[in-house]
Amino acid sequence: MTFNLSSNIWVWIAVFFTLSVYSFLWKDNPLFKFAESVTVGVGMGYAMVQWFTLSLVGRFWTPLTTDFSSRFHLIIPAIMGLMLITRLIPRFTWLSRYALAFTMGAGSGFALPRVIQAGVLQQLYATMLPIEFSLHGFLYNFIIIVGVLSGLIYFFFSKEHKGWFGSIANVGIWFLMVGFGATFGYTVMARLSLFIGRVLFVLRDALGFLKI
Amino acid sequence: MFWKKQLPLIIVFMMGLIMTVQYFIPHHVSKWVYVNYVDWAIVIAIFGAFLGYFSFLRVHITRIRKKTSNWVFSIITLASLLIMIVFALIDGKGSDSLFQNMFLYTSAAINATVFSLLAFYISSASYRAFRAHSAQAVALLLAAVIMMLGRVPIGDKISFWSAWGIPSINTVSQWILNSPNMAAKRAIALGVGLGSLLMTLKIILGIERTYLGN
Repeated sequence: MTFNLSSNIWVWIAVFFTLSVYSFLWKDNPLFKFAESVTVGVGMGYAMVQWFTLSLVGRFWTPLTTDFSSRFHLIIPAIMGLMLITRLIPRFTWLSRYALAFTMGAGSGFALPRVIQAGVLQQLYATMLPIEFSLHGFLYNFIIIVGVLSGLIYFFFSKEHKGWFGSIANVGIWFLMVGFGATFGYTVMARLSLFIGRVLFVLRDALGFLKI
Repeated sequence: MFWKKQLPLIIVFMMGLIMTVQYFIPHHVSKWVYVNYVDWAIVIAIFGAFLGYFSFLRVHITRIRKKTSNWVFSIITLASLLIMIVFALIDGKGSDSLFQNMFLYTSAAINATVFSLLAFYISSASYRAFRAHSAQAVALLLAAVIMMLGRVPIGDKISFWSAWGIPSINTVSQWILNSPNMAAKRAIALGVGLGSLLMTLKIILGIERTYLGN
């Protein structure tokens, strides 16, 4: 058993924070809170720097100053953006409504046909499957049709879930439970793989204990 | 009243109408409206982000000034933020810069660890959730167990019955994923789709106006 300790200071910083976070398994403690505060601060710092360089300068200032004649119209959304900031001044808060109105109105209009297309029509289209009289047809097409219809009936709360309607809604609950179970199992495995990743990081990258 | 309430609602309606109509009319003007809307929305969001950053700083500065509980950690948060900005200023944002390394070895490492921490808590949560009180809870438990075993090689190894032509755990887990799970997710997706559709209509028609504030 040989150790080959990493000489990279950043690796040890990451090990410190990894162990600090795992200390939460014992109980909430200052080390965990420290790691929590650092990640919030670093994340926000990262976002701010990227916002300034890529967004404010890259998507607004540079196009505006280098090609003013064809991009001068960007001044209008910039004024609306400044109107949003008036939310911080109580006397002029109402000005932010124009920017919000533009964003919400255009955003809703932009989303409306796309929601119909992707959220409703595509889902219905994918459910309208031929019912084949075979094992595959039953296991896939038939189950999907029954599952979607019963699931939708379960989510329909305008009619009391009683009688035949309640029975179909009950079938919907079965499908939903299997769906939630599958999602849960999938999530557990994803989290376990992250845990393995962290253990490997400490044992292999920092301690040089593993050669995999 | 007109300037503060009715005009914003007129703008919402007009913009909603324009953006909906442009989708259905394949014309160069429609394309122009679409391209410019995307640019404008980005610029507005850039200024909107400033509001978020200001709010973040205000919360932490207020906590430090009033010395509320755990205010020391607000200092650490602000110090980390400042360090990131200083690193970006002195060393740039290149792939091996102080800025990128600070992010990768602190924030990214912490985030991955926090998510992996859930592996422990999810186990105790599953114990509570899976105490099979009803047949439906058993269905949830079975689906989860099959899914977990089906994602790792041991699922196939212990499926000794597959030699007799009975589907292995991996095959069953794939079927659960593609058939009953797909049906449940699609029912939820349809519900979400119809809900979103109604919400966008309510916004365009001015029925939903809580986003305008008081």
